[in-house]
Amino acid sequence: MENDIKISIKDLHKSFGRKKVLDGVNLDIKKGESLVVIGGSGTGKSVLIKCIQGLLMPDFGSIQIDGQETIGKTQNLHLKMGMLFQGGALFDSLSVWENVAFSLLENKHTPRNEAKVEAVRVLRQVGLAPDVADLYPSELSGGMQKRVGLARAIITNPEIIFFDEPTTGLDPIMSDVINDLIIESAKGLGATTLTITHDMASARKIADRIAMLYQGKIIWQGTVKEMDKTDNPYVLQFIKGSAKGPIKVEI
Amino acid sequence: MLLKQIEQFLRTLGRPLVKFLISLGQLTLFIIKSIYHAVMPPFYIKNFFGQVLDIGFYSLPVVGLTTVFAGMVIALQTYSGFSSIGAEKAVANVVLISVTRELAPVLSALMVAGRIGAAMAAEIGTMKVTEQIDALITLSTNPFKYLFAPRLWAGLLVLPVLVLFGDVIGIFGGYVVGVYKLGFNPANYINATIENLEAVGIISGLTKAAVFGFIIALMGCYNGYKSKGGAQGVGEATTNAVVSASILILIFNYIITEIFFAR
Repeated sequence: MENDIKISIKDLHKSFGRKKVLDGVNLDIKKGESLVVIGGSGTGKSVLIKCIQGLLMPDFGSIQIDGQETIGKTQNLHLKMGMLFQGGALFDSLSVWENVAFSLLENKHTPRNEAKVEAVRVLRQVGLAPDVADLYPSELSGGMQKRVGLARAIITNPEIIFFDEPTTGLDPIMSDVINDLIIESAKGLGATTLTITHDMASARKIADRIAMLYQGKIIWQGTVKEMDKTDNPYVLQFIKGSAKGPIKVEI
Repeated sequence: MLLKQIEQFLRTLGRPLVKFLISLGQLTLFIIKSIYHAVMPPFYIKNFFGQVLDIGFYSLPVVGLTTVFAGMVIALQTYSGFSSIGAEKAVANVVLISVTRELAPVLSALMVAGRIGAAMAAEIGTMKVTEQIDALITLSTNPFKYLFAPRLWAGLLVLPVLVLFGDVIGIFGGYVVGVYKLGFNPANYINATIENLEAVGIISGLTKAAVFGFIIALMGCYNGYKSKGGAQGVGEATTNAVVSASILILIFNYIITEIFFAR
């Protein structure tokens, strides 16, 4: 059973000044599983993902990937991770194909012509035509930027993929297209995925399992079916999108 | 009694002092980290040459214009100030010394700080707030090596070349005014310039240029890297990069002059 766990987070704490953002997060993600963390804005979802990736240093706790403690030593682990950022985070100064093939060019030192062929193949996989390859990120729509970001995240066949608000800022149809691409890409690679979102339609579609983060703690976790049957007032309020309930919104 | 006075003094300074010390610590760590990554492989040669082009080639017109007019003004002022005591011949010498030791390095550096320091801070700041620097890290690429090291090397190596160019143009500016406005003999002017040419003047100017180039790149990278909060944060980073680089240039100008010329 222990061997099935890809990412194990124990008692994770992170504060910014006096503000406690993560207050003892415990979470296990199985190999090949798609876990979606839901929660309101400012509940620490992005901080959680950044701690796992080593972009932020937690104050306390443990993060293990494949049984190895990773806090402070994520350098080599990035090679087995991919990440789709909320805003795409594409490099403005590089063309689309150079963005997608960045890891191949800079880490694997693949010749440029081979890297471009591979980038065009992955761009096709995410539904983008080859002529997009030579454009620059500023020439793309929001949906296209997300697809390029996805292509960049999957080109190295990572074992773990993180999705940070993958559908934010997209119309419902484009959101569904991105959800489908995420499922296809992740299942195709057999990757373990961790998605953070507050888009419930996206969460229902992508998730094998959902966890809810509130006030720095995981307050509920289960499958989509279990979520629909839960009587947890926090989860109920969140999925209904109601202003009334135990979750108080600071106005 | 003395301790109490010191404590009282520190209390008065309070939070701004703590903030200043924290910033100083962060800057020191940034410098150490930047230098370490600048000398350790891998090196991103393509990025380095991109910066050489930006800092060097595209700054040539600005540096040329600045130094030519500086040389011209110095020739005029020297003549106006010294003609009464019959020291016209000193014009070539004063132009040479002031351009190579002070004007070319300082004015070029201040112009490049405005042009390049601001652009670096804005570019890196935008990368920071749009998570592009995080993206670099998740793609197993160290931003200190990929972004900062090429800029620091380019600043350090390119500014002396720019200043050498500025020296020639500035002296030429003095020559133009001396010969065509003040009526000096061209051959005498050139001879006077060559006779007074000293290695220490040129070397001190180039040393200053290297230090100033490093400072400009360092302030651009540091302020860009610590910017946060969107467009406003990037704007602040840009202003801070130019202001801090300019002040440091003037401070280090004095220190280097003291090292080379104090007797």
